[in-house]
Amino acid sequence: MAETIEEKKQQIIDDFSMYDAWLDKYEYLIELGKNLEAYPEEKKTEDRLIKGCQSRVWLDYNVQDGKIFFAADSDAIITKGIISLLVGVYSGRAAGEIASDDFGFIDAIGLKENLSPTRANGLLSMINTIKALALKNC
Amino acid sequence: MRVDELRNMFPALAASVYGKPLVYFDNAATSQRPRSVVEMLETSIYGANANIHRAAHHLAAVATEEYESTRDAVRDFIHAASREEIIFTKGTTESINLVSASFGEAFVREGDEIIVGEAEHHSNIVPWQLLCGRKGAKLKVLPVDDAGHLQISALADLITSRTRLVAVTQISNVLGIVNPVKEIIAISHAKGCPVLVDGAQGIVHDVVDVQDLDCDFYAFSGHKLYAATGIGVLYGKRKWLEQMPPYQAGGEMIGTVKFSGTTFGPLPQKFEAGTQNINATPTLKPAIECAKLMRDPELAAEHKAVREYLYKALTSDPRIRLYGLPQRMEDKIALFSFSVEKAHHEDLALILDKMGVAVRSGQMCAEPLMGRFGVTGMLRASLAPYNTMQEAEFFIRSLRKAIEMLV
Ligand SMILES: Cc1ncc(COP(=O)(O)O)c(C=O)c1O
Repeated sequence: MAETIEEKKQQIIDDFSMYDAWLDKYEYLIELGKNLEAYPEEKKTEDRLIKGCQSRVWLDYNVQDGKIFFAADSDAIITKGIISLLVGVYSGRAAGEIASDDFGFIDAIGLKENLSPTRANGLLSMINTIKALALKNC
Repeated sequence: MRVDELRNMFPALAASVYGKPLVYFDNAATSQRPRSVVEMLETSIYGANANIHRAAHHLAAVATEEYESTRDAVRDFIHAASREEIIFTKGTTESINLVSASFGEAFVREGDEIIVGEAEHHSNIVPWQLLCGRKGAKLKVLPVDDAGHLQISALADLITSRTRLVAVTQISNVLGIVNPVKEIIAISHAKGCPVLVDGAQGIVHDVVDVQDLDCDFYAFSGHKLYAATGIGVLYGKRKWLEQMPPYQAGGEMIGTVKFSGTTFGPLPQKFEAGTQNINATPTLKPAIECAKLMRDPELAAEHKAVREYLYKALTSDPRIRLYGLPQRMEDKIALFSFSVEKAHHEDLALILDKMGVAVRSGQMCAEPLMGRFGVTGMLRASLAPYNTMQEAEFFIRSLRKAIEMLV
């Protein structure tokens, strides 16, 4: 039985709480980034780029039976780790469920405060793009 | 003077970030300020705050004296022929915009050309692009080679009878190589073309003598030279400044104002419209003193050792690609931009930050140069004489650790 969105978020919060230092949390994000499912080169197109990120971030999706499946990539590995968290939580969920989610686990793990302001903006752009796609497909 | 004595003059250097000692290696973006600069700011706010050139009262006289004596200090520092050739602006960017607007208005026509270097900061590209757009003029580029040297052998042929100005940086904020501006100026003058030098980085690292260089314009910012933010300088040869129309208008820059027409004041007021940054401008005086102090032989020797250590460490690591490889070591300042194979500059900067090391990452306001080297950005460590060998060693250790985490 697949985890619910809440279970998945709690698992991430628990994982992050294992590390005290942010350097260790980065290490964890880097691991996640390295393990993110390969993203096809031909989908690294201008229209899939998320605007407002310091590094380049591509987001692709498809809808099956009302569920949205995300795939994403970045040329920066920590960003890729962050994407991996988002894809892990939201990919394969019902559009309505994503659209109504508060994305609060991002705050719970302190991610925003521990990114440079430009990176934090990039993170917001990623979240907004995911939400907008969900709304469009509700 | 020892480096630790110098450091004591800069309280910000004692800071810690995330519980670790701050290693501030982003001096090319802005330097830290010595106590003397902050004290001057306080003096000019609490002891000399009145509008200058305007009122009869005592405080206005003191404020005017603080402001105008700063002009003398700058004239002396860059060895300009006269104080009227020193215009206060808000920084390098405004200085260049002033020239592009005003010199451009007077001298640039349709079909004319402006030449800029390939390694210029956006501040020495975009104002010229806008001017060319307004006038129907053409922007031409003097290229750099793979090592980062300006190809000045190409300059003489690039300059035509339609070239109105060459605008070039003394030291690129990415490559950290001292350009042979004196030679560039000689070549350009031989073809009858004036030269603007972007001295934002140059003023910090070199003794600048504008008469010896024979440059027509020289622009720099206070904040990279240990002074307060929001102030900068445009040096211009009197013969040009006198022929150029005002850049902005209003305030004390006038001669007489009538609805039938206005005449303008003499240099330098003609180019200083509105209330100037009267509080911060006097901080250039202690800042200049501080810059001179840093030329102390003991400090200079230490700074050179740190620079050479970093150059070796960065060029001997096969994973690292350094941009700006000097033919002669003395032409390289302690500014190192590089990329690391398989590691993104943003990731590196983020990890270094958590180790207490402040470096710059990204395009560094030189997007054409990033394209030239085929990268989306770089990492840059830029040092001042108050940075220590210990910090440099810590930076290299931290960088290696960051690379290992990422690759
Ligand atoms: C070479 C160069 N030119 C121009 C500038 C612009 O200086 P400012 O932002 O102080 O106007 C900078 C600073 O980043 C620089 O390094």
